[in-house]
Amino acid sequence: MNEATPPKEERTAALSGLGTSRKRVEDARFTQGKGNYVDDLKMPGMLFGDFVRSPYAHARVKSIDTEKAMALPGVHAVLTAADLEPLGLHWMPTLAGDKQMVLADGKVLFQAQEVAFVVADDRYAAADGVAAVKVEYEELPVLVDPFKAESDGAPVLREDIADQTEGAHGPRRHPNHIFTWESGDREATEAVLAEADVVAEEMIYYHRTHPCPLEPCGCVASMDKVNGKLTVWGTFQAPHAVRTVASLISGIAEHNIRIISPDIGGGFGNKVGVYPGYVCSIVASIVTGVPVKWIEDRSDNLMATAFARDYWMKGRISATKDGKITGLHCHTTADHGAFDACADPTKFPAGFMNICTGSYDIPTAYLAVDGIYTNKAPGGVAYRCSFRVTEAAYFIERMIEILAIKLGMDAAELRVKNFIKKDQFPYQSALGWEYDSGDYHTGWDKALKAVGYEDLRKEQAARVEAFKRGETRMLLGIGLSHFTEIVGAGPVKNCDILGLGMFDSCEIRIHPTGSAIARLGTISQGQGHATTFAQILASEIGLPAEDITLEEGDTDTAPYGLGTYGSRSTPVAGAATAMAGRKIRAKAQMIAAYLLEVHDNDLEWDVDRFVVKGSPERFKTMKEIAFASYNQAIPGVEPGLEAVSYYDPPNMTYPFGSYICVMEINVDTGTTEIRQVYALDDCGTRINPMIIEGQVHGGLTEALAIAMGQEIAYDEQGNVTTGTLMDFFVPTAVETPNYQTDYTVTPSPHHPIGAKGVGESPNVGGVPAFSNAVHDAFRAFGLTQSNMPHDHWRIWKTAQSLGLHD
Amino acid sequence: MVPGAFNYYRPDTVDDVIGLLGEWGDDARVIAGGHSLIPVMKQRLSDISHLIDLGGVEALKGIIIDGGTVTIGAMTTQHELITNDALASAAPIIREASLQIADPQVRYLGTIGGNVANGDPANDMPGLMQTLGATYHLAGPNGGRTVAARDFYEAAYFTAREDDEILTAVSFAATSGGYAYEKQKRKIGDYATAAAGVLLTMHGGSCSAASVALTNLSDTPVYCTDAVDILVGSSVDDEAVAAAVKAAVDVSDPVADTRGPVDFKKYVAGVIVKKAIESARSRA
Ligand SMILES: Cc1cc2nc3c(=O)[nH]c(=O)nc-3n(C[C@H](O)[C@H](O)[C@H](O)COP(=O)(O)OP(=O)(O)OC[C@H]3O[C@@H](n4cnc5c(N)ncnc54)[C@H](O)[C@@H]3O)c2cc1C
Repeated sequence: MNEATPPKEERTAALSGLGTSRKRVEDARFTQGKGNYVDDLKMPGMLFGDFVRSPYAHARVKSIDTEKAMALPGVHAVLTAADLEPLGLHWMPTLAGDKQMVLADGKVLFQAQEVAFVVADDRYAAADGVAAVKVEYEELPVLVDPFKAESDGAPVLREDIADQTEGAHGPRRHPNHIFTWESGDREATEAVLAEADVVAEEMIYYHRTHPCPLEPCGCVASMDKVNGKLTVWGTFQAPHAVRTVASLISGIAEHNIRIISPDIGGGFGNKVGVYPGYVCSIVASIVTGVPVKWIEDRSDNLMATAFARDYWMKGRISATKDGKITGLHCHTTADHGAFDACADPTKFPAGFMNICTGSYDIPTAYLAVDGIYTNKAPGGVAYRCSFRVTEAAYFIERMIEILAIKLGMDAAELRVKNFIKKDQFPYQSALGWEYDSGDYHTGWDKALKAVGYEDLRKEQAARVEAFKRGETRMLLGIGLSHFTEIVGAGPVKNCDILGLGMFDSCEIRIHPTGSAIARLGTISQGQGHATTFAQILASEIGLPAEDITLEEGDTDTAPYGLGTYGSRSTPVAGAATAMAGRKIRAKAQMIAAYLLEVHDNDLEWDVDRFVVKGSPERFKTMKEIAFASYNQAIPGVEPGLEAVSYYDPPNMTYPFGSYICVMEINVDTGTTEIRQVYALDDCGTRINPMIIEGQVHGGLTEALAIAMGQEIAYDEQGNVTTGTLMDFFVPTAVETPNYQTDYTVTPSPHHPIGAKGVGESPNVGGVPAFSNAVHDAFRAFGLTQSNMPHDHWRIWKTAQSLGLHD
Repeated sequence: MVPGAFNYYRPDTVDDVIGLLGEWGDDARVIAGGHSLIPVMKQRLSDISHLIDLGGVEALKGIIIDGGTVTIGAMTTQHELITNDALASAAPIIREASLQIADPQVRYLGTIGGNVANGDPANDMPGLMQTLGATYHLAGPNGGRTVAARDFYEAAYFTAREDDEILTAVSFAATSGGYAYEKQKRKIGDYATAAAGVLLTMHGGSCSAASVALTNLSDTPVYCTDAVDILVGSSVDDEAVAAAVKAAVDVSDPVADTRGPVDFKKYVAGVIVKKAIESARSRA
């Protein structure tokens, strides 16, 4: 009947499924400049909007004179809060249960805040209009230090809620206080600390920075007044959630709103939230009746849209004399800026900061986070990490180093002594998480061997001696980091955003000729979803990955999902994809059984076909089955071959890894040279090793940037001093070191294919590796803690304070 | 960030450029490579309604080396400075410095004229021209005149050039002996945290001529007379170097910015000047 079946390996290879380093299908268009980003969109009659922004960090808006601007050729409208107020759109809800001004309502609370929206023929006319709007301000005292927020005489920032003693996350004790969030057992932790042999205490600051995607934020809003439909193309990491939010705040029925995320040039958390630019563009399109485009420029993006980090983490860690950790206490002061616009699941106002016990078996722990308002831009997004996990990882990886100093112990050995052991998984952490799987010791040993750890320590000791003898001005730092991530938010029972459960989805249609289209609730911003999700499916349904089209980002066609951030696409939508594939296969099995005239149970799956058990010559390939599903009348089976799956993950996944950085530091100039970066990742099942490697390279480069120079800095007046790429550090190829990647594979026990997610691990694990290298270089001279970013002058200051400059 | 509206001109001759400048006065500005000017226009920091492109003026281009004198037309790009081999032997410090400016993309367009005329203390070429003791050639409504590079800079963005003049060329004597241009920056494409140019000529173990200048360590480039006086006549031994470094740092006057505080910059200035002197000495 059928011709000879090629060997299994050959057929498996032909699918380019799981484990294949398949080339990214997206790259053909990206590398040829044929991507379709929101700013590429041009529509007839389209207008352009731009913001008048506040030059002050805190000021009362006395008056806004739009007359001169309106008189300019090409200017159509100038919107102010007064225009939005009748629509109830001068403020909007944030993802964190707070509200945020869309346009300045009586006062401004951070530099570059949106004050008025000028709508004009093109971006030049809009900029002319912006320059012509006259705003009269009365400057107010500025609050940039969160530790001064609750002191006597501190200016009250949020007059709108000054009297509210209850916020979205419980009691507020001061007008500038947002919430207190606690996790763990405070009393027990205090008791352990009080009795411990050794306690190390330190303030760990993770400075404010910014995701700075290559493409800034923007949108085109188009209200079709004839059919009442609103379409918005934009840089949305969560298009479905944006649709629901847009419907709730605008009153436009949800079926009349279509949100489309076209190609997105990087997000890293910056494109999760809802920005005034989106709201103003929608209103402007409704007012003018034509499409309105808004695109940020680089400084707008850095100064006004969501920042990341800015956590002051006061830690105390206790241990026995021989280095067994007994307790951890962390109090975090979280600088959230002018509005609480963090993008965290509702029940987690400080994200998953309570993963701060890290990779260690710490029996007793307590965490408290106080959110504080300051005169800085709102945000607090997960910059290539899952909700505050990078802060948590940095905190614990610094505390481990500091404890090692206090104990006079090698920091690698201290880690080995305290790692959660392989047989402890699933592991219940003191702060409430259930780690799904892990094997920390194996990867760690592999890492130490790979870099020649013991020899490095000898070399370092020799270098210190040479330095003391005046033979060199270079120090050697060995930066260790073992991180555990918590990704894949998340189980609907405890994870939602604005009440939307954080499941995700996949819908598959098999075409008659045996190719397919799959649509997901996520949206790629460069992660290569169209490549990897097709690979998951290829392995599940036995059709070649190249015959499967992937589509995301159009809310009219894709199934509902919560989008892409927090490394959740593979753990959640990837699981949905596998599950939908299995539904397809189940139906295919019934069809094959009918065609082969056997019982369903007499068939077994073999790569790309169903085979009659014991009769390898009798089979139906998936291609044949697909066609049959369209042309055979099969009793009891509906025609067609389609499936949809909504996946509610039973747990998070916990990727982990061992990173080591070897760094040379010039104590006179503060310059650094990275000699080696070794990164071992365990992300469970590996879908596409080449994409994993690309993700690790990208994440490490961002980590390098953050640790070594990237920051959003403010002066005393609340002016951003790093608002352009001249001062905001983004490494070029020249500053980027060579990376050595490695892996172990510990599948997730609860994920359908065992995958855990990898995109964010290198940022989470990389920052402590680089920062620890700097600290480690100065360990012999008494340094316990210094602040990132470790740019030239800060390193120089460290050397200076340690007396290393004569 | 987009600029306001402006008129654009592309004349062929220096006279026409001068004519247009005379016609539009303060509202006009010449543009060379645009890599300093266009960012300023985009931020709308200055009102420029008439932009006069020097790109069409052939007379402003080219490198001439004649009888020990090097003359470089204002519109010569930094890329051309790097790739011109005759220039590299007549004054190798030019290539060494140019390679440390910005990145290749900027250098394809950025010109020596724009770099030295701009008056931005962060630019590297003004310091380099101090080192070389260059002469600037200006053309204006009353014809040409020359100004010594060491007399040209008055304060940040203020120079001896009149608004209706343009810079047509720079010239200097070909160098012999040791040279070095050292620069510390945060990343590729960054201006200097501290930079220094040094020329050193040695005769029988003693320094017969020297030049030391600083970039981005004051509101103008700094020619370090005292450091030069210390070096000349010395054997450029450790003691002389230390004294020269100290003299150079003493005349620096950096301001704090995102590159760091003043004490750090002065310290690094010392390291960089020392490195430059030692490098020049090793090549002398
Ligand atoms: C990312 C980046 C990094 C950079 N890094 C460095 C660096 O490390 N070091 C450095 O030195 N520079 C750096 N630059 C600046 C670069 O070298 C510029 O090209 C240079 O400063 C100006 O040259 P230009 O030809 O582009 O001049 P333009 O920008 O066209 O002009 C600059 C100014 O000079 C005036 N001008 C130009 N030509 C003349 C003339 N012939 N006569 C009179 N006035 C004239 C213009 O009116 C304008 O005011 C950098 C620029 C960028 C964008």
